[in-house]
Amino acid sequence: MKVSDIVEKLALKVCSGEQGLDKEIEGGYTSDLLSDVMGNADADQVWVTLQTHKNIMAIASLKELAAVILVKGYEPEADAAEQSNEEGIPILSSEEEAFELTGKLYKLISDE
Amino acid sequence: MRTFKVDLHIHTVLSPCGDLEMSPVNIVKKAKERGIDIIGISDHNSTLHAPLIKKMAAEQGVLVMMGAEVTTKEEVHCLCFFETEEKLALFQMYLEKHLPHIPNDSNKFGYQVVVNKEEEIVEEVEWLLITGINQSIDELEKKVHELDGLFIPAHINKMQNSVISQLGFLPFDLNVDAIEITRHISKKTFLEKNTYLKDKTFIKSSDAHCIDLVGDVYTEFFMNEASFNEVKMALRNEEGRKVDF
Repeated sequence: MKVSDIVEKLALKVCSGEQGLDKEIEGGYTSDLLSDVMGNADADQVWVTLQTHKNIMAIASLKELAAVILVKGYEPEADAAEQSNEEGIPILSSEEEAFELTGKLYKLISDE
Repeated sequence: MRTFKVDLHIHTVLSPCGDLEMSPVNIVKKAKERGIDIIGISDHNSTLHAPLIKKMAAEQGVLVMMGAEVTTKEEVHCLCFFETEEKLALFQMYLEKHLPHIPNDSNKFGYQVVVNKEEEIVEEVEWLLITGINQSIDELEKKVHELDGLFIPAHINKMQNSVISQLGFLPFDLNVDAIEITRHISKKTFLEKNTYLKDKTFIKSSDAHCIDLVGDVYTEFFMNEASFNEVKMALRNEEGRKVDF
């Protein structure tokens, strides 16, 4: 499954990093502690969080994540969006809360 | 120049988690008893107790750095200090503007009271002070420096409410005046895993919530006199002034 598939199926807004929409997804990780994500997320996962600080892009890049999904309609800080564009790792935004979004995401990815 | 003992992280009874014994009079007494020259009053998201303690401490020859321990929206704790009551009042307005209106349940979280010299309650703060304000760490840092204050991320080695636990690492362009580490770790051990912070100034403080811990941990500042400006200069290693613990 590609990032663009979940954008379409979960009605996500693409905030930045559009050129990365073709990336393949291997599972996901949900957490708001960046130290935790740094230690536990794996490459090619999508990361669900409410953090909008530019450090999310440093972590996403370090862990080679497929995309970051912000919950509750949050938008990235301007410098986070800028880095997302530079690195081609998309930041997406969902109107849903982390619980609902993670549930739907899990179903989509595990049904594949 | 001489060495001054400095404990910049002390909560009062105003913090919901602060012990009821943490009254202005008791804090000043304990600091004096322990030979602490400078204390920082840093309640959660409020500066309301600092001016009174500053006046009371001055009579005992102890300098108070007036400020707060602010929780940002990322839930990072940061110590913020200001030189004058005017600037402190402006910062208090900023805190009140951005603090979410969640009523404090004193049975669960503890009392949030302002007291006077005689330890009589003069005000009870309605909104819970331990929540995150609606401002990012970068916005907070800008505000503090706009008011010529000092900005010090608190207990950075802790695995909760530190910039490292919440944001993974200290953002490279964040303008910090110093970094606080806890009593549980040495600067050397901390730097082994965080070499990118080796050029920063480090302080250690008590983070006292009960009276026996006031001044229990402190940092030695080598400088001319006990003043806000000398503290600032020591944090920046200016003109022979320095910080050590």
